[in-house]
Amino acid sequence: MSVRYLSCGDTAFSVEFGNEISPRINGQVMALHAAVGQARAAGGLGGLVETVPSMRALMVTYDPLATTRAELQPQIDALIARGLAADAVGRKVRIPCCYDGEEFAPDLAEVAERTKKTPEQVIAAHLASPFKVYVLGFMPGLAYIAGLEPSLYLPRRTQPRVRLPRSTVAIAMDMTTIYPFESPGGWHLIGRTPLWMFDQRREQPVFLAPGDSITFERIDRAQHDAIAQKVEAGTLDWAELIKP
Amino acid sequence: MSALKVIRAGLFDTVQDLGRIGHMALGMPTAGAMDRVGLTLANALAGNPASTAGLEIGVMGPDLLVEAESVRVALAGPLSPALIEGDAPPRPLESDRSHRLKRGQILRVGMIEGSSTAYLAVAGGFAIAPFMGSLSTYARAGIGGFKGRKLAADDLLPLTLDSAPAGDERKLGGPFDYGSGPIRVIWGPQDDYFSEAGRQTFVSAEYTVSKEADRMGIRFEGPTIEHSKGADIISDGIGPGAIQVPGAGLPIVLLGDRQTVGGYSKIATVASVDLPRLGRLLPGRTVRFAAISVEEAEGLRRDQEARLQRAIAGFQLARPAGGIDLTRLYEENLIDGIVYERKAVT
Repeated sequence: MSVRYLSCGDTAFSVEFGNEISPRINGQVMALHAAVGQARAAGGLGGLVETVPSMRALMVTYDPLATTRAELQPQIDALIARGLAADAVGRKVRIPCCYDGEEFAPDLAEVAERTKKTPEQVIAAHLASPFKVYVLGFMPGLAYIAGLEPSLYLPRRTQPRVRLPRSTVAIAMDMTTIYPFESPGGWHLIGRTPLWMFDQRREQPVFLAPGDSITFERIDRAQHDAIAQKVEAGTLDWAELIKP
Repeated sequence: MSALKVIRAGLFDTVQDLGRIGHMALGMPTAGAMDRVGLTLANALAGNPASTAGLEIGVMGPDLLVEAESVRVALAGPLSPALIEGDAPPRPLESDRSHRLKRGQILRVGMIEGSSTAYLAVAGGFAIAPFMGSLSTYARAGIGGFKGRKLAADDLLPLTLDSAPAGDERKLGGPFDYGSGPIRVIWGPQDDYFSEAGRQTFVSAEYTVSKEADRMGIRFEGPTIEHSKGADIISDGIGPGAIQVPGAGLPIVLLGDRQTVGGYSKIATVASVDLPRLGRLLPGRTVRFAAISVEEAEGLRRDQEARLQRAIAGFQLARPAGGIDLTRLYEENLIDGIVYERKAVT
């Protein structure tokens, strides 16, 4: 496997696996991310600080007082040469989502019209999409989740919204996302999950991780409100939503 | 509870340590001190380990009332602080040293001269629970530090210690040399997205810090940098000091509060040795950029760390506020018999 090493100063470098967005390339990124984690857990890769996966590259950060690029890069090369798992096994995460009503799904009708579907068909396509978290960024806990059913591909809205509610489920291009905070956003809003993607009170405040496989599960407004109450109160059993 | 009470807020004062490290994969920015050298010096003057969180002062600092039996504070950076006690006129204090303050005294941190940031450390640190392993404030998401935000009037900054530890006050031997000349950068990660002319522009032109300069990054003004493969890339990780160049062609250096990944091509990255300089730059200042190799940058960083450790090892005893500076009395009385009040050289 040929990778490109790109300099990111004297505290980081990037391992680039390709110049396209594909499940194969992102799988390699995630596999190296996991392999680095294992090597560190075994006491190796001294001086490495953290790795940051993105669509097609893994950024490796290091402490230049503890190691050097010249020492670290061959160790990363050796990990790659040893062979990366074809598809790093991530967690399987269920995300309940309510697609009902103008409040939660203000763009559903427009998405249906532009993709020549009924709203029900849009929902069915979203539910059937084999989603996978490619990268987190833009804000803490915001996951770019690829794998959207191709018939739902739409460019971003020309006029981004200034403010949209936390936990809004949106689509754009070949991806879906869930907003962890009330924030601006240019994607098409088709639903709302009662889950919080970021909750300061939890020991691990960020819910999703790169490599997670995601399945949306349809719930109605009453179910949404019931789960939302538990989330608010901090009594939801989050582990129930995850299969390792 | 022992605390420092904010009587008057400064412009942008946040609790920062060396950063929230290890969570970038979850989209969590590292935040952390803009000037790691300044925070380290303040901590060392206060007798703290370098990893202790301090107060990062942005442009103008707060007035802080001591609500503790006593507290040792240390200031690092070109400040002109003062001590206010009762109705007496404010008494100037030196920066780049520690001071023992008593209950009821007010520390006026004051303005910073010639830098955008300065640091205040308290011996023992703040009694604030870390969030994801760090006390660094990331104000954009309301995370970390003191309530996830900059300090405001009436805030009570809780202290770990009820009184200042015994011991002498210390001061910095001389101003720390942050370096001068061009800001050193390393090409990449996407220098191949720029034309040869564009790269030449970047390392030969003068750039001015615009008003859009904050903890996230510094937007520069100057000649535009020509792309050859466009400004957009498939988003990838953003390291500290990454210099992204959006379509308009002007460079933006990304600092502590930067996002973890981004989709603009990055022509170069500031060498870590010069990040503290960037963290001190004021709007209107001009800089040039010069390219060096990764190996050179690593060496420069090791040299800087050695100088920093030497500066800390060379701290001198300082006169406690209101007390007698025996060292200076010995040194200077033997020469001319009079001890002059002397302002710190900044």
